[in-house]
Amino acid sequence: MSLAWELLKRETALSWGRGGGPLVSAGFYLGVATLLPLAAGPEPARLAAVAPGVAWVTLALATLLGLDRLFERDYEDGALDLLTLSPLPLEFVCALKCLGQWLATGLPLALAAPITEIALGGSPTLAPLVLVSALVGGLAFAFASGIGAALSLGARRGGLLTAVIVLPLFTPPVIFGGGALDAFASGLPWSAGFVLLCAYAAAAIALGPLAMAAACRNALS
Amino acid sequence: MMSALEIKELAISRGGRPLFQGLNLNLSAGQACALTGRNGSGKTSLLRAIAGLLSADTGEIGFGEQDPDQARRTEIHLVGHADGLKSGQTARDELAFWTRWSGGNLSSLDSAIDRLDIRRLLDLEVRRLSAGQKRRLALARLLAAPRTLWLLDEPLSPLDSVWRTRFGEMMSDHLGSGGMIVAAIHDPLPIPAQVLEINP
Repeated sequence: MSLAWELLKRETALSWGRGGGPLVSAGFYLGVATLLPLAAGPEPARLAAVAPGVAWVTLALATLLGLDRLFERDYEDGALDLLTLSPLPLEFVCALKCLGQWLATGLPLALAAPITEIALGGSPTLAPLVLVSALVGGLAFAFASGIGAALSLGARRGGLLTAVIVLPLFTPPVIFGGGALDAFASGLPWSAGFVLLCAYAAAAIALGPLAMAAACRNALS
Repeated sequence: MMSALEIKELAISRGGRPLFQGLNLNLSAGQACALTGRNGSGKTSLLRAIAGLLSADTGEIGFGEQDPDQARRTEIHLVGHADGLKSGQTARDELAFWTRWSGGNLSSLDSAIDRLDIRRLLDLEVRRLSAGQKRRLALARLLAAPRTLWLLDEPLSPLDSVWRTRFGEMMSDHLGSGGMIVAAIHDPLPIPAQVLEINP
């Protein structure tokens, strides 16, 4: 278990350096909060209506920050070989790498999501659900995007390929999370969307590492 | 502890091109093998196949009585062309992580640091190190986290003559303690070793 802890600490630190961390997340959301009124118009009612969805989609897109380097750098510098020759199964190693990516990138983004939602004029009563959805959804995004990062290992223009693979995988959690937030804001039952989001995250965490490890083995061979 | 390396009738191809076939090798505790051959003959592929990173077309790779998966996870060190070091990390952090990852502990790390004379480099970022210094950093984990079989791909190439001699002494010590070494080389290995020429 100490070996897993060592790897998680290292991956979190490396992800932080790849584009994670609170400052990058805050900057990303600040940019969205600044640009959106310029593009959609400054009317508070209009901004308030789209605020939850914008915060949610921003979270999904921000997950792509540094994603193309999640496995690629280890592949290029030989670290992936060494990570494979360890007592921990490669599937577990992949899961820890995704968890490190989420801790460095997804967690700060999730913490900033409700602030952005309120800053855009959204209801403060919606903020707790935005936060919880962003935490769960961020995990789903991290593990789903890890599949794309592993599948594009060694490919030319891997970053573009990763985005092409990953964005369809983001569709279900964007629909489920966005649906739950929209339903809550409209005073409708919202739990079904949230439960489906949790189910998707659980499936991504359970199945994603299997696909990532298989893709890594294929790239190494 | 792994007692032997046995390779029988091994065939490997890459990208649809056969590299070699019918390759045999038997190595016992305390023995070394120098893999020689032209560029692209399959030396690196053979090392990666032994490490389990590459599948063979046919043939078998055994590790004495030990389960192959277990042997690869706990008894094999691989030093490839790339050292596995992160350029933005300090040498100290990299060495400490890979030592623990390979099953070593920090007390054994201290003597490895002295033996490879890298103490003054520890607080530098890896990107600041020369190729030879990076290689010494990578080799330090071999001493800090003892494993039976060393798979070395061109281990001497970035090292100067002094460090080639010193690393030769480290390899001799490893063989003396019952270890085994398979090294892909172009220059002569500075220890007694059976020579396996691939695609002569």
